[in-house]
Amino acid sequence: MTTTPSRPIRFVYRGQVVQVQGVAPTTSVLAWLREHAGRSGTKEGCNEGDCGACTVLVGSLSPGGALQFKPINSCIQFLPTLDGKALLTVDDLGGQHPAQQAVVACHGSQCGFCTPGFVMSLAACAERHAAAGTVASRQQLADDLSGNLCRCTGYRPILDAGQQMFGLPPQRLGSAALAATLQGLQADPALHYAAGAAFHAPKTLDDLAALRLAKPEATLLAGSTDIGLWVNKQFRDLGAIISLGAVAELQTIGQAGGWLQIGAGASLATAWDALATHWPAARQMGLRFASLPIREAGTLGGNIANGSPIGDSAPVLIALGAQIVLRRGALQRVLALQDFYLDYMKNQLQPGEFVQALRLPLPQASHTLRVYKLSKRYDCDISGLAAGLWLQQVDGVVQDARFAFGGMAGFVKRAAGAEAAVRGQPWTASAAQAAMAALDHDFQPLSDLRASASYRQRAARNLLQRLWLETRPDAPLASAQISVWSL
Amino acid sequence: MNQAAEARHPAFEATAQHAAALPAAQATQHAAGARVGISRPHESAHLHVAGAAPYIDDLPELAGTLHAALGLSPVAHGTLHGINLALLRAQPGVVAVLTAADIPGPNDCGPIVNDDPILAQGTVRHVGQPVFAVIATSRDAARRAAGLAKQALQITPLPAVLTALEAHALHDYVVPPMHLARGDAAGALASAPHRWQGSFSLGGQEQFYLEGQISYALPQEDGGLLVYCSTQHPSEMQHLVAHALGLASHQVQVVCRRMGGGFGGKESQSALFACIAALAAARLQRPVKLRPDRDDDMLITGRRHGFEIRWDVGHDDAGRILGVTVDLVSNAGHSADLSPPVMTRALCHFDNAYWLPNVAMVGFCARTNTQSNTAFRGFGGPQGALAIEMILDSVARKLGLDPLAVRQANFYGTSSNNETPYGQVIDDNILHPLVAQLAQHCGYAARRQAIAVYNASSPVLKRGLALTPVKFGISFNVAHFNQAGALVHVYGDGSILVNHGGTEMGQGLNTKVAQVVAHELGVAFEAVRVSAADTQKVANTSATAASTGADLNGKAAQDAARQIRQRLAVFWATQLGIDAATVQFANDQATAGAHCIAFNALVQLAYQARVQLWSDGFYATPGLHWDRATLKGRPFYYFAYGAACSEVVIDTLTGEHKVLRADLLHDVGTSLNRAIDIGQVEGAFIQGMGWLTMEELWWQPMDGSKHAGKLMTHAPSTYKIPTANDCPAQFEVRLFEAPNPAETIHRSKAVGEPPLLLAFSVLLAIRDAVSATAGHQVDPPLRAPATPEAVLDAVDAVRAAAAQPKP
Repeated sequence: MTTTPSRPIRFVYRGQVVQVQGVAPTTSVLAWLREHAGRSGTKEGCNEGDCGACTVLVGSLSPGGALQFKPINSCIQFLPTLDGKALLTVDDLGGQHPAQQAVVACHGSQCGFCTPGFVMSLAACAERHAAAGTVASRQQLADDLSGNLCRCTGYRPILDAGQQMFGLPPQRLGSAALAATLQGLQADPALHYAAGAAFHAPKTLDDLAALRLAKPEATLLAGSTDIGLWVNKQFRDLGAIISLGAVAELQTIGQAGGWLQIGAGASLATAWDALATHWPAARQMGLRFASLPIREAGTLGGNIANGSPIGDSAPVLIALGAQIVLRRGALQRVLALQDFYLDYMKNQLQPGEFVQALRLPLPQASHTLRVYKLSKRYDCDISGLAAGLWLQQVDGVVQDARFAFGGMAGFVKRAAGAEAAVRGQPWTASAAQAAMAALDHDFQPLSDLRASASYRQRAARNLLQRLWLETRPDAPLASAQISVWSL
Repeated sequence: MNQAAEARHPAFEATAQHAAALPAAQATQHAAGARVGISRPHESAHLHVAGAAPYIDDLPELAGTLHAALGLSPVAHGTLHGINLALLRAQPGVVAVLTAADIPGPNDCGPIVNDDPILAQGTVRHVGQPVFAVIATSRDAARRAAGLAKQALQITPLPAVLTALEAHALHDYVVPPMHLARGDAAGALASAPHRWQGSFSLGGQEQFYLEGQISYALPQEDGGLLVYCSTQHPSEMQHLVAHALGLASHQVQVVCRRMGGGFGGKESQSALFACIAALAAARLQRPVKLRPDRDDDMLITGRRHGFEIRWDVGHDDAGRILGVTVDLVSNAGHSADLSPPVMTRALCHFDNAYWLPNVAMVGFCARTNTQSNTAFRGFGGPQGALAIEMILDSVARKLGLDPLAVRQANFYGTSSNNETPYGQVIDDNILHPLVAQLAQHCGYAARRQAIAVYNASSPVLKRGLALTPVKFGISFNVAHFNQAGALVHVYGDGSILVNHGGTEMGQGLNTKVAQVVAHELGVAFEAVRVSAADTQKVANTSATAASTGADLNGKAAQDAARQIRQRLAVFWATQLGIDAATVQFANDQATAGAHCIAFNALVQLAYQARVQLWSDGFYATPGLHWDRATLKGRPFYYFAYGAACSEVVIDTLTGEHKVLRADLLHDVGTSLNRAIDIGQVEGAFIQGMGWLTMEELWWQPMDGSKHAGKLMTHAPSTYKIPTANDCPAQFEVRLFEAPNPAETIHRSKAVGEPPLLLAFSVLLAIRDAVSATAGHQVDPPLRAPATPEAVLDAVDAVRAAAAQPKP
């Protein structure tokens, strides 16, 4: 397979199948648009996927064959990841899309630099709701715009525009012709592209496993929501890239034998949806995890494999007793996720190995889960502190507890002392107090730009207090009494 | 793109008219010929939404364009011994590497004091200071080479000072301390029934313009240069480029059609980028573009000054301030930049809405090894005014009074107690009716009660409420900046082009100026087009700053349009044998009694009769004087007023907060465009809220680590400005209906900066909620920004103090 000849990147743009070759594989979609295609409507605000000025839509066929358009940050998406898909930008909406009309009518642009990104996020929202026959609420609009920064308006007129656009005649983004073209592109062989460096996008799990074994030094690329920054900000040479994006088997989410299994390539958006379906307590964390474009591009497997000490998924998954499925060649092995991490940005992955899936035991009536995130901003902010707190109780006695914290150590870690303080004990105020006291010995957090050690220590303890207040047998506090976000 | 542009007039105007549904009163006025007071959309809105509004990086690049990137100091303070130029020049694509030695003129781009090196020379003064510029065939190649700064620079570190208080202790200031006093503060303090001391720590704020700094310089004939620069101050860019390159001003042309936001960050600090792009273009005789990456932009440029404030205050039983002394210490950064006038404005706004009979202020601009801080919407005014609001909030708590009552007791009078500490008599005070109207409208008193009831039964969450006023002086403190010019061209077909000295950064200045001209000449909005700010059209312009853009340039454009209108009226009246004073211009027609002619027909006739159809216009704000030595005079033409009431809820376990409701009432005089003014008011409020609640700047301490002294919050991943979910669910913005008593353009008022101060209400509502955790018995030591950590610190401190036995 390594001898497979290079072929051009093929994707649909402005009604044509575009073929690109000779462009470095780490060229961003944004750079291609602005510097190669001469289309300057899409803007660069931050070059790291945090401001949304570069938002574009990527069209693809769902497993069921329906056309779907996802907003992504074009500044951190490598061009070859568009292979087999359609690219739609602000230059292509025509000027009369309801999102465009409504933003003008509601005075939703001032300096205008962020506006193309907002328009694309609104267009994606309109399209999704049009397909479902629904209308977005103001809250849903705000959630959909979590990845778009505006420094001028204060957002009120943009939210107004979002609501107003649903009152205008819809302009659908897809067409039967586009669907047919995308269908046709699916017949393309797997992408093996070379221009300076190589970019491989195998289509099957077995091909991926073989390629990974053959190229253990290659960079594995999933959503590129972090790797994009390695290139844009650190000028890192990635060498050969193996992209997971074309492996459909990696994206599946299913249940079997009391377990929920989430493929490593499932997007963060679909993965958090699945988590929230089984554990409603995780829903808000899912909505606050990065931004919508990041959740559409990024994957749960990537977030876990990357192993950031402040990643928001690991505390939740570890609290739930997740297992991680690793694959190397034909061999699979399964580890408890908590044992996967060894130290700061170090994990158990062997050369040639990759994360194939995550498995979670399905919830039972005796289980309680709470998920907390503390950050300076509600949306799209890396946590100063994140916690997944899980209890199993029988007759008011804690049978087992998993208290997993992010931001308290060099990697996401359980609070062994605090767990021991409650395990086997009746769930009482004094047990909670004992856990809070023990927590001081479980972690020695650092001070950094997100929070001081002192805050992390105090707030972590207070989150156990919050857990107690929310789950105590007598007069537990409702969320409206305990969380400002529920008001 | 072109399709959208062509489709614009019928489609967008129809949509806007249909969808925005102009209020009936505006529709009537519009039909009667008014073009001001109408909420027309931003002149570029249809282009913004289509991605068809070009910013500088969108301009087609000329063949041979090179790209620059800056090599930044990795050290906070040190002696620069050398630069490994060979290493840099050997990098792929590198065409040239420029250092301070390559600058033909003075190595300085400081706007006031000559202490701002374009490229570091001899010493480096902060992490991120530009030391060299790489010019390469692509931006990527330039950035990669510049990224080798750490390897290429030989620097011996020196001790560094990162905080204002450290520098203050060392008496190290960028300019001498500034004093402003009135009355006998010391005597009043000594005899006051209540006297206490306090302090407040207030963080800075990054402008976070969405379009970063950028300059694109093109060599012109005979040694000249054309510089496209994203700047609020084209004339100053022209002067600084000429200064650095040893050119005359007439050899340098600076053009800016629009900025993707400025907020003060492109007033003086666009200069470094303009100068380097110009230097490289002049040296290499090639077009050179410099667009720093966002991280570099934030590491190089300064922002709103953080302040450390300490006071000694005396008051009576009603909370009336009898005497107050205050030290304001700003973090100026490594050079003066605009720190002196920022401090002047802080001192001139410490009074905010309040009569301070005896007051003594000292302003210290502390020198630190950080980016040089600069203009940001409000320009020191917010920092100064917030200090007195913190003081009054504490006065109320100490006396057990409602903070609003204490504020009202201290309000400036209308016929007495109405002179500011700097000696200006306030003759336009509308604080009393404005605040009363807001308090009534938002149900302040009833909500105060309801919140007390809620807090009594809520163990974890506490609510807080605050209503705060704003008085903000309008005009540049320096009198001679208060002038503007404009050019109006009426072409033979009746279409009109306007050029003025202001710059468009999103605030709607071009829209307002076009409305003024359309109104004056009685034509449709579409007949008037505003062109790019260009130093070859209007000379010696002032910065578009201090909220004065529409006041100054609107008047200048009106002056130009009036001259043309008068010529047309005289010409037509002479033809008809009537009195020119009877000629009216409205709805694309001139009329006089029974006579009527289409505007473009009249223009055509006038052209054939050799009537001059273009004109310049000029305006200088009357009645201003200012003594920089004593800080006394009449610096402001008038004041803008406003008030806001915010309600928040905090979590006493985590320090998180949410703004539940905000009601704003703001004074823009008679609005030129209500939609634009409301946009300015609510945008400023959210921006100010971000400053005071979540936007935290954090420098790595001088701890010997590899990032020591570096601003670690240098990108949107780490520096958090508000998002849509931070916009309060209940958010009502209203305009106070009163014409400006001062003779401004159509009796409107400036709107850019004053409403930023409305966000004080959010911080003070949080403080109120923190205070509720101990029954309002303890004054919360809350710093800003009120991050979850800052709030939890204050909650813990209040609880600890309340638990102490009373002495």
